[in-house]
Amino acid sequence: MSKFKKSSNTQQDIPTAALPDIIFMLLFFFMVTTKMRETDIMVKQQLPKATQLTKIERKSLVSYIYIGEPKNTSLYGEEPKIQTNDVFVDPSEIVQFVSQEKDKLSEVERDQITMSMKVDIDVKMGIISDVQQELREANARKVLYSSSKRVDL
Amino acid sequence: MPRGKKRAAPEVSSGSMADIAFLLLIFFLVTSTIANDKGITLLLPPKPDPNEPPPEVTKNDKNIFKILANSQDQLLVEDEPYKESMIELKREVKEFVLNFGNPGEEGIQVYNSLPSRMKAEINRFGRRTDSSDDPTECVISFKAARGTSYDLYIQVLDAINAAYNEIYAQRAGITVEEWLALDKDDDIQKDMYDRARSNVPRAISIAEPD
Repeated sequence: MSKFKKSSNTQQDIPTAALPDIIFMLLFFFMVTTKMRETDIMVKQQLPKATQLTKIERKSLVSYIYIGEPKNTSLYGEEPKIQTNDVFVDPSEIVQFVSQEKDKLSEVERDQITMSMKVDIDVKMGIISDVQQELREANARKVLYSSSKRVDL
Repeated sequence: MPRGKKRAAPEVSSGSMADIAFLLLIFFLVTSTIANDKGITLLLPPKPDPNEPPPEVTKNDKNIFKILANSQDQLLVEDEPYKESMIELKREVKEFVLNFGNPGEEGIQVYNSLPSRMKAEINRFGRRTDSSDDPTECVISFKAARGTSYDLYIQVLDAINAAYNEIYAQRAGITVEEWLALDKDDDIQKDMYDRARSNVPRAISIAEPD
């Protein structure tokens, strides 16, 4: 019988000293891989699905334009609206927005600015082509139609 | 001064460190979104110069693949109503680009640079004289009306891009997924990318709606 008793002396606790380190590692992972949501999106955003997606190479060169039906329809109506930063704008104000965004970049990078269009799928092309005309006017010709991945096709 | 036993150095208990780290972790989990900015890229044409007249269309009409969309989301492809799926549209665009109906000097160079499997495929399609001359010449023109839905616009743009990406991927001898994942900062991959794209421009023309 004494054969089996011997092992009962060993310690059963799992050392937890390294637990904070593991948690910190997880924490840093999430801090690095995520970005803070800077703007409060006030329009509906159901992005279209597509297959041929390309990734943005440099995030610092990207500015966002949100287009969609306002979430608060009682206040803003049901017509699709354009949102930049935190405000709704008219198409005519896009040029100003683009030049503001370009001012944030260094001089050599200004022509490489990419406008990411986050457009709801229920929007019609009219407002989008108005925006595109303004983008041409503002010489921000790189456009990215933000969409999510579709598996079939 | 009591001078008895040496007192043990005071120790900060680190047991709750994990809890603090957990709190921070949960905070970041809740307040952040994983950046997933992907999409279809497009280069808009430069703005028209008011001092110069608009450039005249010198392209031969058979080198332009016309896609029209109206406000009811109906498509008109090459002047005929179109009811097929987007996969079919992708195939038609690809056949159009790789037609080599009447190739010029650059066109012949492109043809010779293609892998043999692609050449066989092209010859199987048959080279139609009423379709495009060669890949260097063709243009895909897409015009949407103001009432066209954004969803359809993206579907068509996606199909055209898919056709071109398939051509490039086949030319480089890799799958489309591998093609899309090519890293342009890497010299070898960049070289592969440039070779596959040389003389086969992704010529997509987005016309302004009326």
